[in-house]
Amino acid sequence: MIISIASGKGGTGKTTVATNLAVSVDDPVQFLDCDVEEPNAHLFLHPTIEETKTVNTPVPQIDLDACNQCRKCMDICRFRAIAVVGDMVLTFPELCHSCGGCMAICPESAITETDRELGALEIGHRDGIAFTHGRMRVGEAMAPPLIRLVRQAGATDGLTLIDAPPGTSCPVIAAMKDTDFVLLVTEPTPFGLHDLTLAVEAVKILKIPMGLVINRCDIGDDKVKAYAQREGLPILMEIPFDREIAQCYSRGEMFTLTLPEWKARFRELLQQIKTLIGKGAGE
Amino acid sequence: MKELVILSGKGGTGKTSLTASFAVLASGSLMCDADVDAADLHLLMQPDIKTQTDFEGGGVAIIDPERCSGCGTCIDMCRWEAINSEFFVDEIACEGCGVCVDFCPEKAIDFPTKTCGQWFISDTRFGPMVHARLGIAEENSGKLVTLVRQQAKQLAEKKGIDLIITDGPPGVGCPVIASVGGATSTLIVAEPTVSGIHDMSRAVELCQHFKVPVMVCVNKFDLNPENSDKIEKIANDAGLPVVGRVPFDSDFTRAMVQGKTLIEYDARGPASESVRQVWSAIMASPAMTAD
Repeated sequence: MIISIASGKGGTGKTTVATNLAVSVDDPVQFLDCDVEEPNAHLFLHPTIEETKTVNTPVPQIDLDACNQCRKCMDICRFRAIAVVGDMVLTFPELCHSCGGCMAICPESAITETDRELGALEIGHRDGIAFTHGRMRVGEAMAPPLIRLVRQAGATDGLTLIDAPPGTSCPVIAAMKDTDFVLLVTEPTPFGLHDLTLAVEAVKILKIPMGLVINRCDIGDDKVKAYAQREGLPILMEIPFDREIAQCYSRGEMFTLTLPEWKARFRELLQQIKTLIGKGAGE
Repeated sequence: MKELVILSGKGGTGKTSLTASFAVLASGSLMCDADVDAADLHLLMQPDIKTQTDFEGGGVAIIDPERCSGCGTCIDMCRWEAINSEFFVDEIACEGCGVCVDFCPEKAIDFPTKTCGQWFISDTRFGPMVHARLGIAEENSGKLVTLVRQQAKQLAEKKGIDLIITDGPPGVGCPVIASVGGATSTLIVAEPTVSGIHDMSRAVELCQHFKVPVMVCVNKFDLNPENSDKIEKIANDAGLPVVGRVPFDSDFTRAMVQGKTLIEYDARGPASESVRQVWSAIMASPAMTAD
């Protein structure tokens, strides 16, 4: 079972919910931090990292001796990552999406592939939690390929928790795609609601069952609840604004360890999700 | 013309609330919302949209079953596993590379350009604003950010406005890279949490990678004064100007609920006062005063 934890808006508490859920449940957990631009879960879970793998993506390399400047590579590239200028061929590796089109089309077989570094995968564990995150190289633009690799590291059985990046575009889609349930963490403010509606639309496109956690549920207004009701979205947990919880977070502590009464609530949250997934499968 | 881009690395540190307040204090500037993926600035600005234009992103492959011979070349060549055995293209998985289109022996694959969103020029009570909405689950956010910033510059030139305040996206990836290139300076809004420090450091690294000047301010500093000191030390050690601290104040949320900026909600409150000081420090900084 794969649960992705997403939000639309950043800073609503995705990582708080994901990490506290991971340490509260009895199931063996595979934790995948897919926010490769700004991975944070390790700051709370403190996993022992056992393996680090550099991750690359293929980009073209031109053999100028074999090239006859026919420009077919330049014409096929929709990302403007190759330019033929006089008898020179310039490549712009940072624009390349690694589709392999230029290599396939080159009639002179003058193109091979070399590597551009995307970042690194770090794999480790903490107690019963297997942990993997991706760390995108600063300056690298494309998160989805690295996110897909973090996803591949996931166990096929047991419980997988995915901490997704914010937003609703390609990185978050790569993190939520083909998961069994999306847990959306929001806050009851106009920004929270606005970005939640975008996230809900994205999850609908992916046709995945979803539920809500309302964090800092006692600030703002009641429009998120009204929206949830209209959309038929189950509210699975509400976490009040509590300076203690905010301060725990600021220090890198999981609040279920300081306020243990919350552990049972996170276990119950998982139970509710399992029930909802079961219902969805029965439809 | 100068452009200040507000970033944070981590989401939810207060970028948009501060950007909106700066727009009030700057008076006569132009606002640009470069967080096209989850744009929120308009919720405080209630823009009166003057022009709306479609944003054409890349192409998306569509296989015509009439012309398709089922040879499977497209499936073999697609590196995104976007084409299934029934020769149906998963639009979400399709990267828009068009390799299948070019290699299909039957020329059975069309590649229409997709409208990926809209961008707008609006009036607000604090000046003009250029903003956008990327379609849900769409790609090309970097391209749309670049477009919005170009349009903001053109409009500022036309109107003789000499300052653009740009609300940036979270993270350090493609839309952020598109937000910082050519900026006069960035301001990183950091929060005093372990995540805030971690993410701010990566955002600073990104700006330095692209050689864009950086300033730092701490938001919600009183949630963890020790971490606030740490942020300022990191900035000082890196030679970055620290332009001030803003307290945690639920007035930010109250103002937001009313669709207002903090300055409008309570011009004399302690949070407003600190935002004013931050704004003065930004405008007096070497990056913003240089010719």
